[in-house]
Amino acid sequence: MSPEPAHAQDSGRRLSPARVLAVDPLLDDPRTRIVVCCGSGGVGKTTTAAALGLRAAERGRKVVVLTIDPARRLAQSMGIDSLDNTPRRVKGIDDSAGGELHAMMLDMKRTFDEIVEAHADPERAAAILGNPFYQSLSAGFAGTQEYMAMEKLGQLRSRDEWDLIVVDTPPSRSALDFLDAPKRLGSFLDGKLIRVLLAPAKVGGRAGMKFLNVGMSMMTGVLGKVLGGQFLKDVQTFVAAMDSMFGGFRTRADATYKLLQAPGTAFLVVAAPERDALREAAYFVERLAAEDMPLAGLVLNRVHGSGAAHLSAERALAAAENLEDPGIVDQDDGKAGLRNSPDTYGSSASPDDPAAPGRPHGPKGTETPSADQDPSADQDPSTAPDPSANTPEDTPADPDRSVDRLTAHLLRLHADRMHLLAREQRTRDRFTALHPEVAVTEVAALPGDVHDLAGLRDIGDRLATPRQELPDPAE
Amino acid sequence: MSRLQVVSGKGGTGKTTVAAALALALATEGKRTLLVEVEGRQGIAQLFETEALPYEERKIAVAPGGGEVYALAIDPELALLDYLQMFYKLGGAGRALKKLGAIDFATTIAPGVRDVLLTGKACEAVRRKDRRGRYAYDYVIMDAPPTGRVTRFLNVNDEVAGLARIGPIHNQAQAVMRVLKSRETAVHLVTLLEEMPVQETADGIAELRSAKLPVGRVIVNMVRPEILDAADLDLVRELPRSALARSLSAAGLGGARRGGHAEKLVDPLLEQAGEYAARYALEQEQRSVLGHLDLPLHELPLLAEGMDLAGLYELATELRKQGIA
Repeated sequence: MSPEPAHAQDSGRRLSPARVLAVDPLLDDPRTRIVVCCGSGGVGKTTTAAALGLRAAERGRKVVVLTIDPARRLAQSMGIDSLDNTPRRVKGIDDSAGGELHAMMLDMKRTFDEIVEAHADPERAAAILGNPFYQSLSAGFAGTQEYMAMEKLGQLRSRDEWDLIVVDTPPSRSALDFLDAPKRLGSFLDGKLIRVLLAPAKVGGRAGMKFLNVGMSMMTGVLGKVLGGQFLKDVQTFVAAMDSMFGGFRTRADATYKLLQAPGTAFLVVAAPERDALREAAYFVERLAAEDMPLAGLVLNRVHGSGAAHLSAERALAAAENLEDPGIVDQDDGKAGLRNSPDTYGSSASPDDPAAPGRPHGPKGTETPSADQDPSADQDPSTAPDPSANTPEDTPADPDRSVDRLTAHLLRLHADRMHLLAREQRTRDRFTALHPEVAVTEVAALPGDVHDLAGLRDIGDRLATPRQELPDPAE
Repeated sequence: MSRLQVVSGKGGTGKTTVAAALALALATEGKRTLLVEVEGRQGIAQLFETEALPYEERKIAVAPGGGEVYALAIDPELALLDYLQMFYKLGGAGRALKKLGAIDFATTIAPGVRDVLLTGKACEAVRRKDRRGRYAYDYVIMDAPPTGRVTRFLNVNDEVAGLARIGPIHNQAQAVMRVLKSRETAVHLVTLLEEMPVQETADGIAELRSAKLPVGRVIVNMVRPEILDAADLDLVRELPRSALARSLSAAGLGGARRGGHAEKLVDPLLEQAGEYAARYALEQEQRSVLGHLDLPLHELPLLAEGMDLAGLYELATELRKQGIA
């Protein structure tokens, strides 16, 4: 990392120009009806969606969370480990504000089946559901999941049973597939190709359509050759059976798209302070703007902080070296000038420090001027005199050595944290420079995954409260 | 060693990075490798700090000892047109198909066709020989879709072979399946020492095995340095605050007295140690879960400066050191 002085780094964090995303006003606003969480894989999208849903519910709204592919234990924490494609009420939330939380996990095949069943008479529905082409289409080629997620969102919205719908987006190859898939499937389902595919079944050999027939037979010929005749026939049967529903697909895809652009919708781009995730986030921000989709802000997950941010990595490492290599500091003339330094632990500290005698087995707790205990305190380590002046007395002081060794490790841990902070800050700054208009909320990193409501509530608190540095010990 | 090395992993685990490092590692000693991207994200170009890769095999790096790494970003549309051209001499009809939406249909909507084209292209590169009858590439490394989708992706040929019961797609699918299910192929999974990626890895392995796809290694990526070990963590719990304060003071960080600079470091440092301890315990737990998978397990370090080209070479060296390449 760059050798910035501690203070520059410290103030660097504070001067971050990004606007702060106020989560609670967004969740509380009755006009907010849909929140879409999007972002690249592995940044905590699903957890963020669940945490937002829980928070909104506990603040009094009637919420449904639509998750796509939640981790098992997260799903269990909300009681939706059964995949039945229907919102289930989540138990154990604080409903004193009058809110409710429902959650569901998307079953894309079931959703597709339901559309078919709802729009075709039973006989036709059965024909479609039994078609091999339909079966593999609905069971999950790339794009179905995205389409069905949007379809389900449209359904939930039109039922108008909930104040707020929080949606998680599928872990796509590109985070934007869910915007494109409905259009794509829609345009396929009522596009030219369908008509060509349908043609042999529908038009047969009508004379007036001869010129078209030439084209068609060429097309179906090629497709038949490539895909195999049976496959093409399955597609044709499927398409013929679905014919009456095409308009519906297109209309619904359009409606969902408009819903996403509506003022009641808020997009949250979720990212972690890592280069790739933020690059994807920046791309997403641009794309949403291009599509007129309302972006509420960026949720930056897993951000690290330090209560000792004023101690730079360099100083921490230098201090650790001091402790680990007593040769550098254990000499007599190093002590003399330091003993009187007002900010140095010396004999004066012992009496008013009740914990001092508890220092493990150390003669040092009482015996202040011991050689290895009072090295170049407060001094730049580089001023420490010649290491060759090592004294033999550090051997009996072993227990203290072990404390020093441990302290050195804690300092190294701190240096590691400071490097991480600096790296996160750099990636973040790059994003902010590109998109200063995007409001950001930072969520402090947790050591482990979340798998209960308490954990989600904690994330919700972190989402809604601008991240606080720990109180600066210098103040 | 298998000549087709497929690398998958949960999103965010760095599977592209590991795939690229593997391609570099396998290319040392004058070998030639092909790094294949199938998801159109241009992750390889970003990693190697070059412009976006076209749909053609292009040399992107030279490995230590004179080896070469080629890269290919497979574009399913172009692959399909290529393919049609090769087998049917379509010419202008290809454009007509495209206009009609047939290409779009085949590559994005028709179940499996896209995946067949992608895996098919990779398998073609594995089998390709030069005029002297030697393999064009010693190894082909595929940056595959994430763990949750990789089995379906690799196995889609089986599905398609069943769906298109005759015809070239059927034959192609069968040929690809023969390569993918043979010892020529190994599927590696990249994970982190975190619960969700580890769980997904375990699930992914079960899926791959039940589809009879050959599972290779588990590679734990971004392993943080062990700054404090288990013994240290025990000691930290016992460590009196005053002793820490004095030691910090001795290290030159200010006064150990209450309110002194060193004393004020005690709380934040102990808090960071507490966070580290919590993570350490979780990581040990995940290590033991991974240990039970009964697969070769490797760990790659977290690069302190983030991922860049130099880091990639560093990881490649590490892979070689661990005998992966």
